[in-house]
Amino acid sequence: MEAFGLLLHGFAVLMTWKTLALMMVGLVLGIFVGVLPGLGGPNGVAILLPLTFTMDPTSAIVMLSSIYWGALFGGAITSILFNIPGEAWSVATTFDGYPMAQQGRAAEALTAAFTSSFIGSLVAVLLITFLAPLISSFALKFGPPEFFAVYLLTFCSFVGLGRESKHKTVISMSLGLLLAGIGMDTVSGQLRMTFGSSELLRGINFLVAVIGLFGISEILLTMEERLALRGHAASISLGVVLKVWKDLPKYWVTLLRSSLIGCWLGITPGGAIAASFMGYNLAKRFSKNPESFGKGRIEGVFAPETAAHASGTAALLPMLALGIPGSGTAAILLGGLMVWGLNPGPLLFVEHKDFVWGLIASMYLGNVVGLVLVLTTVPIFASVLRVPFAAVAPMIVVSCAIGAYAIQNAMFDVWLMLGFGVVGYVFKKIGIPLAPFTLALVLGNRAEDAFRLSMIGAGGDMTVFWSNGLVGSITTLAITLLFWPVIDRAFVSLARRWRPVEFRS
Amino acid sequence: MKQPVSSSEIEIVVDDPTAPEPGSPAVTDTRTAEALVSVLLLGLALLLGYDNWRTGIGWDSTGPQAGYFPFYLSVILGGASLYGLATGLLARREIPETFVTRAQLRRVMAVFVPTLLFCLATQFLGLYVASFLLIAGFMRWVGRIALWKSLLTALVFTAAMFVTFDIAFDVIMPKGPLEAAFGY
Repeated sequence: MEAFGLLLHGFAVLMTWKTLALMMVGLVLGIFVGVLPGLGGPNGVAILLPLTFTMDPTSAIVMLSSIYWGALFGGAITSILFNIPGEAWSVATTFDGYPMAQQGRAAEALTAAFTSSFIGSLVAVLLITFLAPLISSFALKFGPPEFFAVYLLTFCSFVGLGRESKHKTVISMSLGLLLAGIGMDTVSGQLRMTFGSSELLRGINFLVAVIGLFGISEILLTMEERLALRGHAASISLGVVLKVWKDLPKYWVTLLRSSLIGCWLGITPGGAIAASFMGYNLAKRFSKNPESFGKGRIEGVFAPETAAHASGTAALLPMLALGIPGSGTAAILLGGLMVWGLNPGPLLFVEHKDFVWGLIASMYLGNVVGLVLVLTTVPIFASVLRVPFAAVAPMIVVSCAIGAYAIQNAMFDVWLMLGFGVVGYVFKKIGIPLAPFTLALVLGNRAEDAFRLSMIGAGGDMTVFWSNGLVGSITTLAITLLFWPVIDRAFVSLARRWRPVEFRS
Repeated sequence: MKQPVSSSEIEIVVDDPTAPEPGSPAVTDTRTAEALVSVLLLGLALLLGYDNWRTGIGWDSTGPQAGYFPFYLSVILGGASLYGLATGLLARREIPETFVTRAQLRRVMAVFVPTLLFCLATQFLGLYVASFLLIAGFMRWVGRIALWKSLLTALVFTAAMFVTFDIAFDVIMPKGPLEAAFGY
């Protein structure tokens, strides 16, 4: 019940006109970003980050996370009305959402999408409220070896569990870790990989890289497509909302299942995209008449949206409790924490109670306000799409440049952003995943420091990573996950070799 | 209870006058692009690996030296790129997947080149003038939008950015001769 008291305190922190106004601004900007093609959650948060540099951390994180919630809500609008997923995790929503819109049930589909998003987030926020303090207080006992083991686990699980080719994930991750090491070495004070350049002395800023990788590259990618569209913007009446809500209890199994899938995949680096597809597929498999899916079934909207939002929200749990982001957007929020002078990790819960509980309370409030906002303003946001991309694209480029420049007041960073834009474009085209790169860039220095501190503590003895039960099991788990595809294949081939024998006997 | 949904519908139609035409010939295929990227990454890995080796990759009294961690990362990066290069070259010749078509490349360049010029202009003219030129120019020539609309949009957006960042939030952007003439 301690969490409950602290949560109330968080609401008290939040209840100022300034914070509430920032929340509204964040939500509106977020929905805007979610609706526009070529912009999404991570891009939006990265581009709008500089707006928050002069705010206090609590206002800043409330505004940024509101942008994130808004983007999550906004993605559903274009999926249902135009069959254009604004986000990769909204792809599964188009399967049944767009057919519903074609049948003239767009309002129903939108209500279903927004409501289930809200439910998914709520379940994940409840999980964060009660689990994050426990995990962080447990993690307070961690020393450098334990932290390095946890970082190792994060990296290894990306390689072992990711769906991309393994060597591409490894490339992306090692490149991110290398770039994180550029500049002054924090332990010895030596310069590394700067090649005599005074600009590289500062190191490669994480946010500059993110703005280039996600913002600029996304514009380049979007321009490749034909950007014409045709569709209807439906407004939602109170009657439709009540009708959908009245039917909601009938689908409690689907909602619960998708929430749980989402929470799990959000905490582990599976991500919202995997969660939305898994939610959809499982709802279809357990349904009494699976062939009705894809033809405009409301359950086909509930399932992926709940899972995607639960996952998007749950990705913040490891970020808050351990300082390890569970998704690209969480990594950017983590980068924001560092800009505001906060040190992400378990100590956050002890040293910055106001901040943490203000953030958690804002998750509750932001979702409620966001739900009401989208339900009432859908037509306005849908008509945002009328603005031609040729007008939106240069504005995004300018916003990216402002963002990149503002971080360190350096023109060099604007050029760096452009470079990362090209890198991001090429990487996306040839299937090198960007999420491990982002994660490695933001965690690189901390992982290296943890490694070197444990080495200094242990006098260079590698067995320190197996020195007690806790660190040993995390390290072992990390290595198992790294080689998981190999182990999995070995198991399968073993099973295949044994089966004929069993048949004969 | 049945709600008349269609009564409040607004039709939205957006056109794309300069869309890349389908069926344009491919400039290059994905495999060539992958091989090229692998070679570049391999080169980067060698360069960074050498630099870190110079910094010191051994152990001294306090633990690993500054170059230790990044050196082994360069080795991993080099290994993974080499693996990518080898598997790409040894793979069976399948139908090549298009990396980018000529029409697509033209459109991508239509964004990339103005962005590049925008960065250059920011360096010499300041961000706000550059941003005005980029938005107005892009809307006019890529989007084929009426000149007055392009100029107005660019002016309003740039002014809004100036008020938001330089005045309201105190985030100072690079300035050029125009701002200097106004005393900023």
